[in-house]
Amino acid sequence: MGQRRASPCPRAGSPVIESLVKGLLFAVPFVIVAVFWILAARERRAAADPSAKSFLERNGGVMAAFLIVAVGFWAIVMIVLPQLYMVDFSFHPKLPAKDYGGPEDHYTLASYRYFIYGSTEETDSYNIVHLRAFVLTIGASIGVTFFSFWFCYPLAYFMAQSAGPARLRMLMLLLILPFWVNEILRAFAMRIMLGTSGLINNLLVGLGVLAEPIDFLGLDIGMYTGLAYAYLLLMMFPLYNAIESLDRNQIEAARDLGAPWWHIHLNVVMPFAKPGIASGCTMVFMLSAGALAAPQILGGPNSLWFTPIVYDRFYQAFNWPQGSAYALILLLTCIVFVMAVMRVFKVNLGEITR
Amino acid sequence: MTSQGVWRAMLGFYLLLFFGFLFGPLIVMGITAFNTPNYPQAYPFEAFTIHWFSDLLGDSELMEGLQNSLIIGAGVVALTVPVGLAGAIVMTQVYWRARGLYYLIVVSPVLTPGVILGISTVIFWKDVTRVTDAKFLYDGFFLAIVGQSTFISAYCMLVFLARLQRFDRAQEEAALDLGATQPQVFRHILLPFLRPAVFSSAVLAFLSSFENYNTTTFAILADKTLVTVLAGRVRQGTTPEISALAVLIIAVTLAGAIAYEALRRREAAREATALAQARVEDGGEPGPALAAAT
Repeated sequence: MGQRRASPCPRAGSPVIESLVKGLLFAVPFVIVAVFWILAARERRAAADPSAKSFLERNGGVMAAFLIVAVGFWAIVMIVLPQLYMVDFSFHPKLPAKDYGGPEDHYTLASYRYFIYGSTEETDSYNIVHLRAFVLTIGASIGVTFFSFWFCYPLAYFMAQSAGPARLRMLMLLLILPFWVNEILRAFAMRIMLGTSGLINNLLVGLGVLAEPIDFLGLDIGMYTGLAYAYLLLMMFPLYNAIESLDRNQIEAARDLGAPWWHIHLNVVMPFAKPGIASGCTMVFMLSAGALAAPQILGGPNSLWFTPIVYDRFYQAFNWPQGSAYALILLLTCIVFVMAVMRVFKVNLGEITR
Repeated sequence: MTSQGVWRAMLGFYLLLFFGFLFGPLIVMGITAFNTPNYPQAYPFEAFTIHWFSDLLGDSELMEGLQNSLIIGAGVVALTVPVGLAGAIVMTQVYWRARGLYYLIVVSPVLTPGVILGISTVIFWKDVTRVTDAKFLYDGFFLAIVGQSTFISAYCMLVFLARLQRFDRAQEEAALDLGATQPQVFRHILLPFLRPAVFSSAVLAFLSSFENYNTTTFAILADKTLVTVLAGRVRQGTTPEISALAVLIIAVTLAGAIAYEALRRREAAREATALAQARVEDGGEPGPALAAAT
């Protein structure tokens, strides 16, 4: 596949196909509404309960109208249509604004070709910079998630199973307080700590431990630390909630039967806390992979995180279709990750977002 | 040392490490706001100063950003609280076969990276303005409000859902049987019951909007919010002025968070006494709402 040369600017579709696709795009929300309607009607017939009221009867005209308009606007105009538009736009060429909808505007894979090959037409070499950034972002996000889990687990367990009520309230408050501080400011605080003339370097050099300051930011250590720092609490709370509902007697029983402490955690606590672990890992991974502030503020000059690349496609290269394509690639990766987590941990979406 | 002692020492060390990691950078940042060097520096501490704070007051860009943030926050509250309420009510009524699909659609923005919400909002509304020629829709304020509201509405909905689970439908039935109309039931029974949730979702929505960066930075177009100004400054270089601003923002949000928490507790306490009273008057026969609440 690598050596096949794509014909320059393939004329993918005639205007008829173009308008057909656009039409289908607009039809999707109506299809969704129709599916809801059919499901509702079938259910009502299946129930065969004469006292069951219809949506309109149950809420009254004004309320029913409000509910339908509000939820319709939210679900369709704010959520579904923009996402579909982004998908659609990523298959368009880069054109001046006035030419969209004109004769030059046809479906193309140019943006995706650019992501893989570094050119919208040639396929001879690979776009090493962007591909590497993408792989690195996903890998590092998994690493950050892993670290957050192991760093949070002991405290979550301690709070859920061992801490007394007074101490628990104190710990909770201490955990929530930094969470109220803005993400940008937390990244900035990390920068003050880790910069070449930051506190840690000043201390280490001042104490004579180091002869030269270490460039933590240039080595990307600052960025990884900042990411873990930013999203630690989103791991903590799901873990705590899950472990909290575990019956202490189960742990006692395992201990009485002679299980070593790490056996208890691995075979009793963690399996029980699976929904919490899945929820925490999903949140931390998603936020890290989609993080913009921490990489922008803490990333070294040579570090390339994927989200800032997407940002630059939009506001430096002004290539919106390419930005959309990149955003879609990120979104698909995240969806795959969530589905994988749901499969591995055998949990459903409701348990993750709780 | 006993093995118990070893465990305790390890726990103490771990807690110190954890909270040191959590608070250390913030405390250090706080100290740099009062130190004289031009670079935010906590050690060595040269001399105490508050001139970084007075510099802030003359900063018109920051003040403009703050003003915009407040306007957008108000817009987000006005949009997300009703939408979240409607979303929650529909969730309780939607037929169970459709519930999974509905839940997937409305909760997906919470799990979608913020940058993608911002991008898709901008692209969609740009196309809408192109087709309809309604230029006023392609506006940083409008797009920021709509973009942020996609996921903040879901937060509000989850707050309302938690409260609605404790609602006793019998109250509604009783009112209807006594001749109340549907809007009256909504106004006089459901809404008063949901009042605490309205309040907490409004606070949640405002704070989420105020500190949002990822979605806003795309959706705001040429305008600025406090957070996007801040991000621009931090990227350009680090000055103690930002530390000073951070100290102020932290002080204000902490005060807000504490006030919110105190109000919430008072509400909970009032409810608990009301419930206890109701139980005494009922002769100790708790209805479903009581049973759920206790």
